[in-house]
Amino acid sequence: MQLDLIAWLIPLPPIVAFGAIILWAHRNNRLSHGIAIGGVAISWGLAMLLFARAIGIENFGEHPVTSSIRWLPTGQSALEFGVLVDPLSTIGLFFVAWTLLAIFVYSVGYHNFGHKTDPADVKGLPPKAGGIEPMYARFFAFISLFAFGMLVLVLSDNLLLLFIGWEIMGLCSYLLIGFWYGRPSARDAMIKAFMTTRVGDVFMLLGIVYLYSQTGTLSFRQILYNEEVLNTLASSPAVVGGLSAAGLIGLLLFVGTVGKSAQWPLHVWLPDAMEGPTPVSALIHAATMVSAGIFMILRMFPLLTAGWHEGGPLTPTMMVIAGIGAFTALFAATIAVAQKDIKRVLAYSTISQLGYMVAAVGIGAFVAAAFHLVTHAFFKALLFLGSGSVIHGVEHGVHETHEHVDSQDMFNMGGLRHKMPATFWTFLLGGLALSGFPILTAGFWSKDEILADAFAHGHTLVFWVLALAALLTAFYTMRQITLTFLGKPRTQAAGHAHESTWTMTVPLVVLAVFAVGFGWVGIPEAFPGLGGILPNWFHEFVGGVLPEHPAAIAFDPTPLLVSVGVALGGLLLGWLTYRRVRAGAPDPLRRLLGPVYAVLENKYYFDEFYNYAIVRPAYWVAETFTYTFLDRRVIDGFLHAVGRTGLRVGAYLRSRFDLPVVNAFGDWVGESTKATGREVRVIQSGRVQQYLLIGIVFTSLVISYFLLVGA
Amino acid sequence: MIPLSWYLILTAALFCVGLFGVLSRRNAVAILMSIELMLNAVILNLIVFWRYGQPADISGQVFALIVFAVAASEAAVGLALILSIYRRRSTVAADDINMLKW
Repeated sequence: MQLDLIAWLIPLPPIVAFGAIILWAHRNNRLSHGIAIGGVAISWGLAMLLFARAIGIENFGEHPVTSSIRWLPTGQSALEFGVLVDPLSTIGLFFVAWTLLAIFVYSVGYHNFGHKTDPADVKGLPPKAGGIEPMYARFFAFISLFAFGMLVLVLSDNLLLLFIGWEIMGLCSYLLIGFWYGRPSARDAMIKAFMTTRVGDVFMLLGIVYLYSQTGTLSFRQILYNEEVLNTLASSPAVVGGLSAAGLIGLLLFVGTVGKSAQWPLHVWLPDAMEGPTPVSALIHAATMVSAGIFMILRMFPLLTAGWHEGGPLTPTMMVIAGIGAFTALFAATIAVAQKDIKRVLAYSTISQLGYMVAAVGIGAFVAAAFHLVTHAFFKALLFLGSGSVIHGVEHGVHETHEHVDSQDMFNMGGLRHKMPATFWTFLLGGLALSGFPILTAGFWSKDEILADAFAHGHTLVFWVLALAALLTAFYTMRQITLTFLGKPRTQAAGHAHESTWTMTVPLVVLAVFAVGFGWVGIPEAFPGLGGILPNWFHEFVGGVLPEHPAAIAFDPTPLLVSVGVALGGLLLGWLTYRRVRAGAPDPLRRLLGPVYAVLENKYYFDEFYNYAIVRPAYWVAETFTYTFLDRRVIDGFLHAVGRTGLRVGAYLRSRFDLPVVNAFGDWVGESTKATGREVRVIQSGRVQQYLLIGIVFTSLVISYFLLVGA
Repeated sequence: MIPLSWYLILTAALFCVGLFGVLSRRNAVAILMSIELMLNAVILNLIVFWRYGQPADISGQVFALIVFAVAASEAAVGLALILSIYRRRSTVAADDINMLKW
């Protein structure tokens, strides 16, 4: 098959699966997940075929496969939609396909397939005692739709189609966060996620519109690989002072990323999104959808960095991106340190790691950002699925012991390594990858590359902020592993936990392989000892996307030592601090940090701040101003006044014009006709001779007239 | 030869006698008979004008014969109507047959 045909086919099976489940298969759970997994497996197979073909092509970055058809004619030009297969989308497809497949399979076990329906369970609430999820088929329909959105986004060849995929995912995120809509917290979280990302999306749409008005096209190839267009955009001033058009478009698009990838200050929705089922957290809120924000700025990299040259000073747009990314990386890592909920820690960790990638894009480290995007997708999906497995195990213990404990609170766990060995070992590998455990894990290679890039190009502030964030990352990761798996069980429920089914553990193993192995494709050539054994394939392949191929960074021991130091140091500190936490004991960090801990625990009070600064005023405006004043008083008042005036005018016209003039005329015509008839009818006597006489008289008169006067 | 005007005066007189009969008789049969008189006046007129106008043609005679036929059938229909009315209302007085009015 042609590459472009494969690319066209890849997104289709999941949307077909979605339709089939929604329309026909939803009554049959086995059929539903069969269709969903079958669809995504076909996409996976095609994606792997595409990947295998694509990596064999020489200079693939310069000769990507494109295919598009005209879609919406807009006057002189036309919006097109089509596919673009270049190294970036190939890499994107690779990790998306693998995580999709792993998580689809995992969902089967997670939703207790094979167990009986528990009559006590209701739709909209998670199963209480290990029965199968009441809305099993719906879940698979939604994630199939999501898979379609993500594949469309990765393969699209223009910004508009990318945005469509982006919004499909936004919808699915909303639906799946609120999957258990019976819980008020889930309902709040779904609305919060949708509204917060909406803020970003509106700005992104503005950016798209601005870009279109400036260039007349949204096609990636025509904008990003066209020196002329980029130079024009970079040199023409924007409507807002001080920025170039490219800079402003870049910033607007970046706000979309801030919303979608949960960067500060729009990060608040992602931790709450953990209300959804864990496969959703892993798929949407760790591996793919939040990565889509990074994918988009990687895609638009030549535009974002227009006017910048490798090694030169950063443009204002890039400084903003790097600043927000680095700040978010540190900011979210500090919050993660003080969270108790196993999934919330991972949520803040995701925000922090996405901050890493954003910062990497901001300092122009394109390849490093893409590398971290892929490795992070693997190990974060792994961690989320692992945490889901843990929660599942602990919930099982809760049902057995009838002990009422929060099954997501890490302080209620401990000692799970014996109960859940497969989960433990895979989680450990994921955690080490997240912390950047040297040499072995993928996270080390990708994170090290970002740090090395920041250091080599003299972005010292970014470098140290990211290094500090890395230290905290290692610390909270070890905290999580220690509290969950090491030591002794702190509750009876944790003591009665058991390992999950094979549908849950096999995906964990698959992802663990990638969390470790994927780093080896991107080992820098200059790395002492290991460099050059395996070619730095990733750099060559993905770097080929850019018109100006990024040079490999010269080796420098400082960032390497810092990177290894913070990773090992953080892990060690975490283990030392948490290895002896007893049941019911407070977090040892609370004593150390004092009031700062409370601030961290409450996420710097951002939710409260937004509640007071935005949500409440918005409610006030909606209730008091818009509804009571504007709607009820002004608009309703005006409408009532119009109505009343109309009534009065109508009544006046009726009494003064309609009744006396129009009606009276009509009546008069009728009455007078009747009266005339009454007078004249006596002529018609019914006597033939009389008629004849009258006829003769008149005839004689007429004849006399013609004889005497006429002629 | 007798002048034309004499004939015309005769037919006019005959027509007027018939007309008077139609207007003044109460009996419907008498009215019908008066109508015959008027028709006869007309026929006489036709014959006279033929004889004095164009005696070579036979159109006047033909016309007279057609009027005879019409008069005969008219009398037959008229008598049938009167008979029918008499059966229903037991009267043949024209003044009493005045149902066709407002």
